[in-house]
Amino acid sequence: MDGAEAPILNAKDFKSDYKPVWCPGCGDYSVLSSITKALAELGVRREDTAIISGIGCSSRIPAYTSVYGFHGVHGRSLALATGLKLARPELTVLATGGDGDGFSIGGNHFMHACRRNVDITYIVMDNQVYGMTKGQASPTTHPDWEGSKLTPHGTGINPFQPLAVALAAGANFIARGFSGDPNGVAKLIVEAVQHPGFSFVQILSPCVTFRPEQRDWKSMHRQAAVEATSDPSRAGKRLMSDDGMNMGVLYVGQRPVPASPERPRATLQDIERSFVI
Amino acid sequence: MPLNVSVALTGAGGAGVVTAGQILLEAAAVARLYGIMARSSGPQIRGGESAAFVRLGRHPVNNLGNAFDIHIAFDWLNVERFAAEIPLDTHSVVVYDPSAGNVPEVIHHSGARLIEVPLKDITKEVPGGRVNMVGLGALATLLDLPEGTMAATLEKVLGRKGAEALAASKAAVAAGRAAAKEIGAVRHFPTAGSDDGGDRWSITGNAAAGMGAVRGGVRFVAAYPITPATEVLEWLAPNLEKLGGTLAQAEDELASINMAIGGSFGGVPSLTATSGPGLALMMESIGLAVASEVPVVIVDVQRGGPSTGIPTKSEQSDLNIAVYGLHGDAPHIVTAANSVSDCLFTTQWTVHLAEKLQTAAIVLSDQSLGQTRAIVDRPADAGFTAARKLYDGTEAYRRYALTESGVSPMAVPGQAGGEYVADGLEHKPLGTPSSQTEDHQAQLDKRARKLVLHEFGDHWAEIEGEGEVAVVTWGSSTGPSREAIAMAAADGMKVRLVSLRLLAPVQTRPFAEALDGVSKVLVVEQSHSRQFYHYLRAHFDLPDTVRVFNQPGPLPIRPNQVYFNLREWR
Ligand SMILES: Cc1ncc(C[n+]2csc(CCOP(=O)(O)OP(=O)(O)O)c2C)c(N)n1
Ligand code: SF4
Repeated sequence: MDGAEAPILNAKDFKSDYKPVWCPGCGDYSVLSSITKALAELGVRREDTAIISGIGCSSRIPAYTSVYGFHGVHGRSLALATGLKLARPELTVLATGGDGDGFSIGGNHFMHACRRNVDITYIVMDNQVYGMTKGQASPTTHPDWEGSKLTPHGTGINPFQPLAVALAAGANFIARGFSGDPNGVAKLIVEAVQHPGFSFVQILSPCVTFRPEQRDWKSMHRQAAVEATSDPSRAGKRLMSDDGMNMGVLYVGQRPVPASPERPRATLQDIERSFVI
Repeated sequence: MPLNVSVALTGAGGAGVVTAGQILLEAAAVARLYGIMARSSGPQIRGGESAAFVRLGRHPVNNLGNAFDIHIAFDWLNVERFAAEIPLDTHSVVVYDPSAGNVPEVIHHSGARLIEVPLKDITKEVPGGRVNMVGLGALATLLDLPEGTMAATLEKVLGRKGAEALAASKAAVAAGRAAAKEIGAVRHFPTAGSDDGGDRWSITGNAAAGMGAVRGGVRFVAAYPITPATEVLEWLAPNLEKLGGTLAQAEDELASINMAIGGSFGGVPSLTATSGPGLALMMESIGLAVASEVPVVIVDVQRGGPSTGIPTKSEQSDLNIAVYGLHGDAPHIVTAANSVSDCLFTTQWTVHLAEKLQTAAIVLSDQSLGQTRAIVDRPADAGFTAARKLYDGTEAYRRYALTESGVSPMAVPGQAGGEYVADGLEHKPLGTPSSQTEDHQAQLDKRARKLVLHEFGDHWAEIEGEGEVAVVTWGSSTGPSREAIAMAAADGMKVRLVSLRLLAPVQTRPFAEALDGVSKVLVVEQSHSRQFYHYLRAHFDLPDTVRVFNQPGPLPIRPNQVYFNLREWR
């Protein structure tokens, strides 16, 4: 902020001393590493960066980093992050969380954050389950998953398509990664932060405790066979026929970003004048 | 010479009763009087029926009074709907157009004097004239409103509409004036009292809340529209922009409160405004602001509840949710504005308190304050501004350090060395999550302590007069209570007024002092379940003799309702 030469920070400098509460083997460890790697790569300063989250295992991330953070309530990270970024446009603002936090309780904010296109990066660790509350179906869970006591016969409901929804709602950058590829994910996050407007990165991040079968994602994920497109109709087509295992940047839009506040051009006395009879 | 005069104007949407009412209010301002104008409309969004209620006076006016002096009805379409809002008595005068059909029963029953003026026919004779201007002219005669005052007002209000429109309006007013000449004055327009020549403002409570917010230092606002709070936000949008601030329209109130908390976390004093349904949606996140100690202000312009209730009408029934609605033990601030102009002071003061004490603060206003326009003395700037205790960078930073005052310095993004995670999870002084007994106890104590130890000064209540009888009230019930006390004083009764501006944290000792020597208390509030009375019972010692005058919305409390209760104790 003061214009002095920024010290070079490495990924470790973006980690806090606080030990994660996650289960051994949880995909979120790698995502944390990817985020800190990306921040180092971006060359941001700790004090000028904020990570905002909701509630869930994945939403614990801010405390494990050394930047400013806000661990808010369930589902509202994007609203918090939007308020922060609008009030302080010069900050680098990331929002992080889970598929339950982002697409279920926070689904409306997701849609409108895409639409609003404020320059923040949203990282969702998608494990197709509510990890923190011990294994219930989430919006991205497949309809025949019978692993939850709450829905013993499966949900019978088609999964939510976050990337397609993001595209339709107007997100300006859409990517998918797999936590098992931390360098690849770090690269996606760097691009997402650098791209103006609302950037959405879905990261498949296995919940080894409640969805142990997600360990197989390691062999299932693949790099998308095609380059990112800036044509929404092509991106849409690709996403609608996608099996959810194609990784990479899928869409890079060119939508304008909301303007920053202008310099004051009136004083309180000027404003008061309109009331004077 | 009367001190006050009141006029109700009713008519179909196209009749322009609101414009006529506004001009009347403006005329009072030109004559250096005070006044208020409230409006009421049917359920239609646009058009339909509407009514304007104007009361003008030598002294600041803070309620619509008992019975209207004059009711001018441009037609009878809506009169049944509005009858309860337009109390008339045998001293009242009702002006109506004979072409509008038979005079309804309710009007006959009131015993008011009926006066026919063929408003429509007169209007037809004036090229470009409008019926509301003819009515205004008739009112000018009936009120003995000086011609010069009316001419100056018309120039002022309609001047920018062009010479032709102004001339047509003037001609219509003159025609109305002439038509009522035979009847002559039925009331006298009040004359101005002693005057220091200071600025007078024409302002609504909602604009006043907006002005209070920016005076207090608010520069970020998140908004989701809701009647009757929308005008707070609509006023703030352009004015914040001029001041270099930002207003964002959110997708719902869950978002607006969180955006405001996000802005404030960023160091910018932040606010949102809503009404009951929106406040209910915000509750979880208001608790977040309390737990994470992020200042935020929520202006709740109350309306009839529960649920969608009566969106366009006033009620004081959000007291419970504002004071008790948060889950967990969540000390926060609740304040209440007691007049249109006090919406400014109370909001400004509340911004200061929220920032100083790093917590959530709810300002309770209501429809009758927010949407009423008043001529008031310029509200002095009490100098309360956002003064957050900031981290000075010297010691290693602990966001939730256990300080003596309970307030811990706050770091703001951008400040190196202050990086911390604000958390709604219970935490240690460092901010790291904790579910340990001692951390919970210590942080609960800290958050409670900062409110208990703060010196709120005299602003916690308006206390006026002396006597063994006290009216204890809050918010918009203060205006009619004050007038009732004046009526009682005319009978030789001494009555004290205690109107609470600070509802939470409760001010136990100051309240006891305010009631020192009081043996009888009359509680006045606009709620069905006596929310304020129960609040008082829960927190304060009251004398043995307590009466409650409570009434739900939508009807405003009238001074004589309070006065009749006081008279029982004469
Ligand atoms: C208002 C509210 N409702 C419910 C909860 C309980 N809850 C906590 S986390 C969570 C779901 C978390 O799932 P997800 O966002 O997918 O994150 P994960 O734990 O899988 O990383 C729920 C339902 C809560 N904290 N708040
Ligand atoms: S429950 Fe699942 S998501 Fe949560 S920490 Fe354990 S493995 Fe990770």
